[in-house]
Amino acid sequence: MTDKAIETTNAGDQPVGKSRRLRTAFAALGMLPVLVLLAAGFQFMNPRFLTETNLSIVTQQSSINIVLAAGMTFVILTGGIDLSVGSILAASAMVAVMVSLVPDWGMLGVPAAILAGLGFGLVNGLLIAYIKLPPFIVTLGSLTAVRGVARLLGQDTTVFNSDLPFDFIGNGSLFGIPWLVIIALSVVVLSWLVLKRTVLGTWIYAVGGNAEAARLTGIKVPLVLLFVYGVSGMLAGLGGAMSAARLYAANGLQLGQSYELDAIAAVILGGTSFVGGVGSIWGTLIGGLIIAVLSNGLILAGVSDIWQYIIKGLVIIVAVALDRYRLQAGART
Amino acid sequence: MTAAASIETARQPVLEMRHISKTFGAIRALQDVSLTVQAGELHALMGENGAGKSTLMKVLSGAYRPDPGGEILIDGAPVVTGNPIKARAHGIAVIYQELSLAPNLTVAQNIFLGNEPRRFGIVDRDQCNRRANEIIARLGVSFSARASVSSLSLGERQMVEIARALSTNARIIVMDEPTTSLTSRETDRLFEVIATLKAQGIAIIYISHRMEEVYQLADRVSVLRDSGYVGTLERADLNASRLVSMMVGRDLSAFYKKDHRPPDEKRAVALSVRGMSDGKLLKDCSFDLHKGEVLALAGLVGSGRTELARLIFGADRHTSGTLQLDGKPVTIGSPREALDAGIAYLTEDRKELGLFLDMSISDNISMGVLARDARAGGLRDFAAAEKRAAKSVSDLSIRTGSVQANAGSLSGGNQQKVLLARLLETEPRVLILDEPTRGVDVGAKSEIYRLIDNLANRGIAILMISSELPEVIGVADRVLVMRDGAISGEVTASEGEPLSQEKIMELATGAAKG
Repeated sequence: MTDKAIETTNAGDQPVGKSRRLRTAFAALGMLPVLVLLAAGFQFMNPRFLTETNLSIVTQQSSINIVLAAGMTFVILTGGIDLSVGSILAASAMVAVMVSLVPDWGMLGVPAAILAGLGFGLVNGLLIAYIKLPPFIVTLGSLTAVRGVARLLGQDTTVFNSDLPFDFIGNGSLFGIPWLVIIALSVVVLSWLVLKRTVLGTWIYAVGGNAEAARLTGIKVPLVLLFVYGVSGMLAGLGGAMSAARLYAANGLQLGQSYELDAIAAVILGGTSFVGGVGSIWGTLIGGLIIAVLSNGLILAGVSDIWQYIIKGLVIIVAVALDRYRLQAGART
Repeated sequence: MTAAASIETARQPVLEMRHISKTFGAIRALQDVSLTVQAGELHALMGENGAGKSTLMKVLSGAYRPDPGGEILIDGAPVVTGNPIKARAHGIAVIYQELSLAPNLTVAQNIFLGNEPRRFGIVDRDQCNRRANEIIARLGVSFSARASVSSLSLGERQMVEIARALSTNARIIVMDEPTTSLTSRETDRLFEVIATLKAQGIAIIYISHRMEEVYQLADRVSVLRDSGYVGTLERADLNASRLVSMMVGRDLSAFYKKDHRPPDEKRAVALSVRGMSDGKLLKDCSFDLHKGEVLALAGLVGSGRTELARLIFGADRHTSGTLQLDGKPVTIGSPREALDAGIAYLTEDRKELGLFLDMSISDNISMGVLARDARAGGLRDFAAAEKRAAKSVSDLSIRTGSVQANAGSLSGGNQQKVLLARLLETEPRVLILDEPTRGVDVGAKSEIYRLIDNLANRGIAILMISSELPEVIGVADRVLVMRDGAISGEVTASEGEPLSQEKIMELATGAAKG
């Protein structure tokens, strides 16, 4: 069917090749220029923006979202979606604080939170990969159900631990770099390693690019799906531990509300295709930073809370519009 | 007939394209091509992919402007097509491979899309339906103008496209590979309609890779090669070897290559299939496939050939039946298990079921053996992938600038070779090829035939599904024919006698007596 298209491509090999490369570069660089422009604009409006203190605030605020968005990148690369990460974060944060209250074993709050997240993620993955339910439906269900679990865990109250043994994660730093930022960057680097340097990573791209072809090539598609939803849940669990460590507390009702939307927005802003198969973790990092810079810059610029919502919402729509444009441009060759 | 008559009377040709050249920057896509088309004739346009057929048609339809010096004459008067709307006004309509209908609208709405009959500025739906029904009646097809396009088959949708062309009083209709996605019955229907159109004096320019179609339909055939015009054959002078040599610039004798010896009784059985059924279409299919043999699986579209191949490969579940590989029973429940056992399957639909178009050629080739190549900790061995890709590119002469380019950037033939390379990297003992040359140009076809021949000589057992009889006869040692989900018979070559095309067709259609 594309034979005809190919014919014209061959006829004009060089120009097409060049514009294709340009487009690839555009997709790879993606939103970096937008991030730089946004930062420059906010600096112009308020010189306090590019100060060390403020940048430290921005990166810390973005770090939890970037951890969630890293997991979301795995999922969206397979053409799926995980709406449950905000709820999983809340439930895991509850687990983290509750375990931290156990005398002498308080440090186990962190691994407990990560395991709880992994557990929820694997349940999502099992339903999607083996029962073959649509990801949107499954994770929409767990968005609600896990939120209920989070509330149940603390009998619908806020749990505190003012003497949190792992509070350095949320508020300490190493060589002047906040732990939150170190964790987020480590997650990004590890994700890059898995996606671009391992066999499993190539399989993830293959499943997202063409699931049926992947199956006929001998790739165990259900296993790949189980993995990505497991990763997404596990990273949401890690996000829960980070939240708990920052707040010395967790609340099953309020924590992590609509975090999934910020995570999805970061992934899409980062140029990962919503239908799967195309995208990168570095894009997600930039997407997450854009969202954080936008929130922070709007606050510094004195924009009201209400307008912040409106502007952030519009940014998500523009992001999806860009995704569409990019896909069409790709389909044209 | 019509063409012969029109040539005798030496009528004014309805379309003349004279000295058409088209350059894009430094690249010459068309070089001094001339084409004359008579009213009521079917003029086939043939050539390999990249020969310039589509570019020529785009010049005709006004999508491209020819370089200075070229001209287009309609009824002897020079016209500037300029853009597709002007071209339509001059009576030129193009029906592309990918149909451009709105499935949610009715047939009539589609026929008059953008050109609706109006009354007082409002679409006149009654007139719309009435005129649509008139046109449909002219085509002699059976659906109603009020039917929703989404309820029509692919063949019927194509009729709607043709009806749309007629609604603008088209006198020259270009059809670009119109039968690619049609069943054989729909194809017959299309051919009847083409005959009707010709009888009404409409000229048809017909682009196709399929020889049989061209034989059946064409009054004249023009061939393009390497952006230039090679020549035109009258119907009486048509013959396969001449056409192919015009298209590829070499002889047909090397086109099909069959060096491997026909199987003798002593040759070991590689794959033995017994009593395969799927509970739906397939009924009790049994056969043996020998080492070093090319066994063709022929039959009409829908006879169950692909379904049988997918059962053997574990892509679909079988309800009963057993497999033996090299004499040992095996159970295969998934493609992974089939590949591990040494069975590989080339899909008939490389875009939807085969390739990862957004991934590199190198990744596509290595995809089946990534785990085998992996280093400790599941890390990719990129050097191994590069090596495999480089070897495949040279062994299969895949034409690409870089193995890091996306598979989607390749032409059909090269994509097919990439897919074949992926299968070969898994080192199969049994290779199932489902329409291995579909949508592939003549040059790549002969390369694929040579490859199949080499693989058989190496002792690989090959089961080839093909809808093209010349290909079946040219490539296979033995032919199994399927009909209605069962194997209806076997055709073998006997002493000095080649495989019989007639016997295959009889078995496929059920026309065999006794």
